[in-house]
Parts: sequence; structure tokens; C-alpha cells
Amino acid sequence: MAATLNHIQLGRDAYKGAATTLCAGCGHNSITNHLIKALYELGVEPQRLAKMSGIGCSSKTPAYFVEQAHGFNGVHGRMPALTTGAQLADRRLIMLGVSGDGDTVSIGLGQFLHMVRRNVDCTYIIEDNGTYGLTKGQFSATADVGSVQKKGAVNTFQPIDPCAVALTLGCSFVARSFSGDGKQLVPLIKAAIAHRGMALLDVVSPCVTFNDHDGSTKSYSWVKEHDEEIHDVSFIPYFEEIAVDYEPGTTVSVEMHDGSHLLLKKLGEEYDPSDRRAAIQMVEESRGRGQLVTGLLYIDESMPDFATTERIPAERALRDLGEQDLRLSRADFDAFLDEFA
Amino acid sequence: MSNLKVNQLTFQAATVNGSGSQSANMVLTRAIFSMGIPVAPKNVFPSNIEGLPTWYQLRITPEGYMARKGDPDVLVALNPATWANDLKTVRPGGAVVHEEAYSTAEARDDVTYYPVPFSKLAKTRIQSDTLRKQLTNLIYVGVVAGLLGIPKDRLEHGVQRVFQTKPKAWQVNIDAVNVGYEYWEQNFKDKPCGFRLEPMTGKVDDLVLVEGNQAGALGALMGGVTVAAWYPITPSSSLCENLIAYTDRFRVDPKTGEHLISVVQAEDELAALGMAIGAGWAGARAMTSTSGPGISLMAEFSGLAYYAEIPVVIWDIQRVGPSTGLPTRTMQGDVSFAYSLSHGDTRHIVLLPGNVEECYEFGRLAFDLADRFQTPVFVLSDLDLGMNLWMTRKFAYPEAGFDRGKVVTAERIEELKGDWGRYRDVDGDGIPWRTLPNTDHPLAGYFTRGSGHDENARYTESAETYARNVDRLARKLEGARPVLPQPVAEEPGSEVGIIAFGSSEAAVAEARVLLAETGLRTDYLRLRALPMSKAVTEFVARHERVYVVEQNRDGQVYDLIRLELSPDHVGRLRSIRNYDGQPLPAEAITRPLKELEAVPA
Repeated sequence: MAATLNHIQLGRDAYKGAATTLCAGCGHNSITNHLIKALYELGVEPQRLAKMSGIGCSSKTPAYFVEQAHGFNGVHGRMPALTTGAQLADRRLIMLGVSGDGDTVSIGLGQFLHMVRRNVDCTYIIEDNGTYGLTKGQFSATADVGSVQKKGAVNTFQPIDPCAVALTLGCSFVARSFSGDGKQLVPLIKAAIAHRGMALLDVVSPCVTFNDHDGSTKSYSWVKEHDEEIHDVSFIPYFEEIAVDYEPGTTVSVEMHDGSHLLLKKLGEEYDPSDRRAAIQMVEESRGRGQLVTGLLYIDESMPDFATTERIPAERALRDLGEQDLRLSRADFDAFLDEFA
Repeated sequence: MSNLKVNQLTFQAATVNGSGSQSANMVLTRAIFSMGIPVAPKNVFPSNIEGLPTWYQLRITPEGYMARKGDPDVLVALNPATWANDLKTVRPGGAVVHEEAYSTAEARDDVTYYPVPFSKLAKTRIQSDTLRKQLTNLIYVGVVAGLLGIPKDRLEHGVQRVFQTKPKAWQVNIDAVNVGYEYWEQNFKDKPCGFRLEPMTGKVDDLVLVEGNQAGALGALMGGVTVAAWYPITPSSSLCENLIAYTDRFRVDPKTGEHLISVVQAEDELAALGMAIGAGWAGARAMTSTSGPGISLMAEFSGLAYYAEIPVVIWDIQRVGPSTGLPTRTMQGDVSFAYSLSHGDTRHIVLLPGNVEECYEFGRLAFDLADRFQTPVFVLSDLDLGMNLWMTRKFAYPEAGFDRGKVVTAERIEELKGDWGRYRDVDGDGIPWRTLPNTDHPLAGYFTRGSGHDENARYTESAETYARNVDRLARKLEGARPVLPQPVAEEPGSEVGIIAFGSSEAAVAEARVLLAETGLRTDYLRLRALPMSKAVTEFVARHERVYVVEQNRDGQVYDLIRLELSPDHVGRLRSIRNYDGQPLPAEAITRPLKELEAVPA
């Protein structure tokens, strides 16, 4: 039986990559699978995808999906700079950055903040496990106060919450999810890709080897007990007919740049993802209650992305420009040099 | 006067940083240059916005020497803090124009004084309160013009040239110059100074005055740069600032307002090079520009680009290190560091422009070389070359198109039936083929990484594959030797040779004339790139004694050349080093060279 094809006639296998070399049960592997599902269902053209990463367990994962796509596993904490440059060279690329909590919030915090500030058009996934896996279990800067290391050491420092930081800077798309929650994560990934601008997805992803025990706030059991979804998420790509099956009055539809829609079904209190100050307050309050709020925290589809701000051509990639476009004419060149006389 | 010196003097203005003396100095320079007289300006400025001493030196010779000549013949002293010292530096027989209020109690009697009540004149003759401080400097231009015989119409030309884009500023500046000129007429007309400027023809007629950082920016523009990321740092900032100014004029579509370039001020030098590498990876012609401290930060990304084979151009406008060093002084101190920047066995292509024309040429060529060899290309200029004005003939319009190197297209992948690999050495030159992201073929993609990889860009920790890969990289760089800019040599046939590079060019040219006048003829080779051409070792082989001239303490290029020599030639190499942060003068070569010549081989 023929495999089911997506709207660009590719099967799910076209979105797979090399076999993972991460630990069995790693949250990152779940995220990889959700990425494959989202990219397949969206019908992303593999050759237009650029998979970017830094260093760490998380940053290995771009090798594990969409084998056909170009990928760039750079240096530690510097994925934002590489992504920014690549985006400028060819703004038709779909930039997908995968980073970790060490990569983003410690060594790469500066570049991360400036990427938010520039609103570079990319999806930025943090596979957040609160620990340094490849170097055998040191705390990262997202580890909560009181988290206990496998060998018993207790974290005494306040965590840096990448979502809170991004909200403060006005990141145009901020969401949080959990590696084990495909129902929520897949539509969020799709929406992040459809979003034109910086889309941050902080995905809590337990480290089964170093950080999945009772003392850890990034463990499977802790997240399952403390996860509070702010809404049920559904994503309708632009090429699908929009069929709203949610109860009127309890859903909100966010229109993305490409005409696709993100549907949010309210759970509990009214939550408006377009109110940044409210989002900051909610993240803070939930943290105080020991809860992890997941879902789309904030979105602003009106903010121009970096390439637009830079006014580089929308239809032609800078990398394709030639001598005719880029050099002064002979007459302009001569006249210009005369100015130095 | 019997020994009147015509068109042969060094002028120096000693002022306070931030007082606006730069435009006055430029007016003077432009006025003299427009008389057909060669000029060689040097700015000696502090790392400071306002208040510290600054000096502007203008050397004038009929021959057109462009190296610095230590002490001044004509001094304008407008800085009370340095007055006593400035006075000591004037050559005997010199002229000293100074603020009348300065004490001449300990004055020398071998110079002529021209006291001018600058403050008083400014107060009474300059109406604008806001411009008074700045225009005071123009008064000394008038006095000096009187002393040296610069015609009034040349002064007006100087003002108009400096304030090219601000015609409204012309009259007020010309008026201020005239205040000084009148003061000279009334007080010093009968007190000649022993130096005179007279119009010349045939020496500078087709020349222009350009800073290296202007030339480099123009070179980048003509080389097709489309992504430039940078972080402000003296003395490199003006390169990217010039690039911005030029692109605003030449890279904006007048109809759509679209920019055919993105120049990004990054958050630091790490990000600056990272962005350039990201863009180079995605197929753009990308560059960054920095100085020593930035080069230190760029070590990590340089290694990535070398190992992952990504084209990128890195300008280093060298300044005095180590660390923050002397941020506004010049040095050739980064050569060996840049050549092997990053950990492991890293090796880079380094271009060494020796004049502003080569800043332009190499600024353009660097992109072709980066694409051709798929590797970072460093262009090492320095503060002297980058930030001072230099006389140069006009640059040539490039006849050749871009060399984009080995790029595999979707069609080519079809022809190869998909049988291609990112790091395969199919041509035997060590240079692999690459696809660009967004190539419309299912087999175009590959995974770029700074970790171990095989011929098909797959992760590996295999010992054999690692060694094979880095051996290929070494072979690739070896292949660059004959392709990079070859040394320029002048060999009239002496047994004594000089090797130099970069901004030392001007001082070597003059030193060779001075040495020849004392009967010591020299051959000369100017190194223009690393890894160095075989022509360098061959030059050493042809000479008994070879002096390597460079502006650093440790003889970095002297060491690099010795490594290339056969053991029996190593002893022929001698080292001349200058590292005081000042642009190299000819006597810093002639003096040690003559001393060393007295030492038996």
C-alpha cells in the first residue's frame, strides 16, 4: 500500500533523518518525532529548510530529521548568529534552530537576546532539560532552585526562564510545551514555522540519564503533575479549509502571515495571547505557584522580521545577485573616484 | 634666505582632541595637494573623545615620500599641556607658530617664533559663539598659509573640498582662514621662515587621496559583498561605516527602496563573524571587519569556517596589542596569530595589502579567493594604512567577473546521478564541491558541522577519516600559494635584500633611496600573502643577507619565513623590528640595517 502523501506529494519518511544517538527515552527524541510530524503535515519543502543548531545533546538532533535538508551544527551558543546570517543570504529559507538550555541560556544568552531583538524569521526550539547531558549532568541555568543533581548536589541559583526573558524583550512569538505532549507541541511547531519573525518554543524535555528523578523540576513526573495548559491548541495550515469545530466564545483564531490559522481553545481563565504584559504576569504568578504554564504565551504578527527591516529584496536572495546588481557601473565608479581628487 | 627649503618640510599641529582641528588640518592638506605638491598626512590621536593631546603631521617632499618623518620643521602649538615637549621636537631652523600666551621662558634660540593671539582673535573676529572653538583652528591655517606661501585661492579650494557637501559652511570657514592670513600679513610678512611651498606639476596630477578603510570598503562593494556584520572597534570601524555610506548611495534600488546588501552592527565580534559565516554558508559574499581584540574573539568561529570549509572575508585593521593595548596606534602584530587563528591545526589565507590601492584590490579579490578555496580569507591592514590618507593613482575597474568557486547545482547533481559528496576531493586539488542551501534537488542537502566528518559530510570519529580530511585541507592551502597575490620584487642585483609587507612599503621605498645614496644598494621583495609564495625562499636564496622589516616586537614574519627556508639559508635572514606604535619612518630601517651590515655574516 502506498504511503500517505502530504500536499507536496512527500511521505512521512521524507522527513526522517539519521538514527538518533541520544539515550533511549530522551525527551529530545520525542521532540524530533513531533518535528517530523509537524514538518510532514505542513508539507515543508525539505530543500527550503535550514536546520541550525549549536552544541549539546539538543544540537545533535537536526541530524535526526529531514535528511534531505541542509543542516548546520555550529559552535556552542552561537546558533543565532549563523541563523541570522543565513537568513539574510537567502530569506526564502525556512530557518529552524534547535538549541538547548545550556546553549541558549548560558553560553549563548547574548546572541539569543539579540536574535529576539532583531526578530529574525526563524523557529527557535529550546530542548530544555535543565542539565548538561554531554558533559555528564552539571546544572544548567534553567535548573530551578532546589533542584537536586543525580549525585546529590543542590542548585542554589535562580533559574533564567527563557520565555520570561523573551517576553520582556517583546519576542514576537513565545510558547512553552512539553516533549511528551505531541497534541500540544505539534500545532505549536506548525504555528512557529508559519510565524514570520522569531518564534521561541521552550520545550521542557526530561533528561532520562541525569535529570529524571524526584528532585528534578524537569522530570517526567514533575512536569505531568505541574503542567497547566492555558489553552488547547490547533493549527490549520493556509492550504486547508478552515473548519472551526470549537465552541464559539471559547476559541480564538490567530491569523498567521501566510494565511494559516492558529486556534486556541480556552481552558479555565480567559487568556489573551496578544497581551504581553499579561503574559509576563501570568508566567511570574504561575512560577510562584510552582506551576509550569504551557501553550502559546504571546504572539504579535504585526512586528516586521529582520530581513524586512533590513529592506533586502523579498523575491531575490542576496546570494543570487551578480556583478550587474552589485558593482558600480563604470561611469559611477569613475565619478566616485574623482570625488577623492 | 640662502637656504630656503622649497616643498620640503614636515608640518605638525599639536592640538587638543575634540577641538575640531581635523577639518582645519584637512583644509591645509587639500590646499597644498591642489598646488600639485605631494602630501603624506599622519594623524596621531588618543583613545579619547575630548581633552587629550592629538597631533597632525603633514609631510611634504618633492619626491612624494609617504612614510612618517619623525620631527617637525613647522609646528603649530595650540595645546598648553604639550607645549613644552612639542617645542623640543622641532628641528633646528624650524618655525613655531604658537598661542601668544604660552611662555617662551625656556625657549630655544635655534627656531623662529610666530606668536599669535589665537584666543583673542577668535573672541574679537569670530562672531558665532557655537563655532568659535572649531573656527579658531582655521585661523592657524591662515597664518601657516602666509608663512609658507599658499595662495588664497588654494585655501578657498581647500575649504570647499573639505566641506564638499556643506556649501553653507564655506564662507564662515574662509573668513576664519582670512583672519589668520591677515594677522600674518600685518605681523610676520617681513619675518620669513625658511620654508616655502611652490606649485608643482607632474607629480600628483592624476592622484587621489584615499584612506585604506575607504579603499577596502570600495573593494568589498566591487567584490560583491552582500552581508557584512561588524562590531565597532578602532581602527576598523570606518571600514564598515564607509561601506554603509557607499551602499546607501550605490546599493539601494531607487524605485523600491530595496537594499542589495545588509550591513549589520552585531552585538559583539563573535556574532559578527558568526553572521558572516552563516551568510557565507548560505551562498552570500560575506565579510566582517575588526581589530586585534575582535580577532581574539573570532578564534572559535574561524576554526569552524576553516574545518567546515565556509567562505568568509575577515578584515583586521591592526592596532597595538596585546589586550586593549594602544587602541589608536599602529602595529603589524596579528600576522602569526591570524595565520593560524583557532585551536587544532588551523591555517588561513592571509592577504597583506601594502598600500591603499591594494586595500581596494584585495578587498575585492578576497571574496573570489574565499569562494574558490572555501575558507576564511583574512585581510590584514593596520591603523596607519586604514585611517590615514594616502596618495594613490585611481583604482582600476575590475575586468573579471566573480569567481564563485565550486558550486554544485541541481542540474549537476542530476548529471552526476546524485553521486556527489560535500568533502570529496574529486579534482585532486583538495577543494571540494558544495551545494548551497535551497538548491532544488532532494540530494542537495548535507549536514555542516565543526565535529569530525567524512567525505559525505557524515559524522565520524574515525581516525583514518579525520587524518585524510585534515591532510586534504593542508593540500588545499598548499595549492593556494601560487594563486594568491605574488610578492612584488625589485632586484637591481644587490647581495643585500629587504623583505617587508603591509604599510612598511612607504618607509622601505624611502629607506632604499637613502641607503643607495650612501652607496648601499638593496634588492626588495614585498610579501603580499600567506601561505607565502615560493618566490620568497627563492629571493632569500639569491641574496647573502636579507633583512625582514616589520612592525612588531617578535619578528613574526621573520619567523614564518625562517620556517620555510632550507637550513643552510636560515642564517641569511636578519630582523628589523619597530614597535613604538607610530607609523614606520625610513630611519627605523636605515639605522638598524646599517648597524647590522657592519656585523659579519
